[in-house]
Amino acid sequence: MCLAIPGRIVELAQDRPQLATVEVAGVRRQVNVDLLRDDPLGPGDWVLIHVGFAMSRISEAGAEEQMRMLAMLGEDEQAMQEIEGYRFGPET
Amino acid sequence: MKYVDEFRDPKLIRQAAEEIRRLARPGRHYRIMEVCGGHTHAIYRFGLEGLLPDNLELIHGPGCPVCVLPMGRTDDGLALAELPEVIFTAFGDVMRVPGTKGSPLEHKARGAAIRMVYSPLDALKLAEAHPDRHVVFFAIGFETTAPSTALTLLRARELGIRNFSVFCNHVTIIPAIRAILDSPGMRLDAFVGPGHVSTVIGCRPYEFIAQDYGKPIVVSGFEPLDILQSLVMILRQLAAGRAEVENQYARVVPWEGNLPALRALEEVFELRPYFEWRGLGFISQSALKLRDAFAEWDSERRYTVPGIRVTDPKAAQCGEVLKGVLKPPQCKLFGRECTPERPVGALMVSSEGACAAYYHYVHRAAAAASLER
Repeated sequence: MCLAIPGRIVELAQDRPQLATVEVAGVRRQVNVDLLRDDPLGPGDWVLIHVGFAMSRISEAGAEEQMRMLAMLGEDEQAMQEIEGYRFGPET
Repeated sequence: MKYVDEFRDPKLIRQAAEEIRRLARPGRHYRIMEVCGGHTHAIYRFGLEGLLPDNLELIHGPGCPVCVLPMGRTDDGLALAELPEVIFTAFGDVMRVPGTKGSPLEHKARGAAIRMVYSPLDALKLAEAHPDRHVVFFAIGFETTAPSTALTLLRARELGIRNFSVFCNHVTIIPAIRAILDSPGMRLDAFVGPGHVSTVIGCRPYEFIAQDYGKPIVVSGFEPLDILQSLVMILRQLAAGRAEVENQYARVVPWEGNLPALRALEEVFELRPYFEWRGLGFISQSALKLRDAFAEWDSERRYTVPGIRVTDPKAAQCGEVLKGVLKPPQCKLFGRECTPERPVGALMVSSEGACAAYYHYVHRAAAAASLER
């Protein structure tokens, strides 16, 4: 339920600054980054993603640590299914 | 100390465990509640209880959203799913929660229009794609998840999507902690504060725990070392007679929380006068509903929701386990009628529920060990 998935910002959408492409273990999807608007993100930044929204900015080391935690809790597969399952895109 | 070698830094784990043993005064029994289901999962997975002295007991709190949802709300949601125009959407965890006549997954197998989504934005997208249908999103979760529902509703309004509504079951953590502190017979020494909820609400809302109840709370990360360090910080406070809010997880949790998230919550939601929690009963001002400005997108105002109240199966003792009065295996149904494959109570449904976590990591391991003998 409260999965927090680490992802790296690849690029911000040109026309919708609240959307960004993130990469999680090689999979790219769009997520909503509106909750981090007070501290604008750029490509290469790492975030924790929860139900399609970037919730917090983290360090690269923090991202590695989080991925490792998910694997140890047996939640890494579920996390990838979630990322791959996001269907919203530029129009929503 | 078992398990220690699989940790990334066994030396630091060992040091923290030793420090806990040093700080825990013999002759005193410590009861510390971890509020968050993610912590419960990690504690069982890493066998952290095995590293703690016998006089330090961890009580598993109410921080698993599907676990505290009364069955009647699932039934209410499923009543909406029966309406011909409705497509009912929910997160994966909700899909497995038992209602009176089965889980959403079982209703789907019987032909109801039910879809699992990974984000509320996916539910909104589904509404866009099916203008002739009405998409209901079964919203659930604490303050970690509620901002995503709020932003989705703001987006629905911005895009003018009117065939979408939210069946709101969002709850707030502070009133639940207060209810636990006020419940008779409950003796707790301190709290391990939730990690992800606190990224949104920050640390300030916990100040009443220290100031009004004189108990320490330490907001904690999820790594084994984080949890042990938080326990060290708690025991240091108790040893010095201090009661403060401390933030062990400052690398992710800002003291003030996430302001855009708090603003979105404020714009979209207001507090319900009361809401029923499984195991804890009715707690005033403990849940969110949509403000009048969003009435159009509120499933409970667009449709007549039956308002079903269901008492838990008598034999299931979810409430006692939720309050930490019973340990999971002390429930009469544990591991027999109630298993993760066929959950009777919600604590068996989610990996964050105390019963499922205990079943996966303690019960099964013990069963495997007895087979080997």
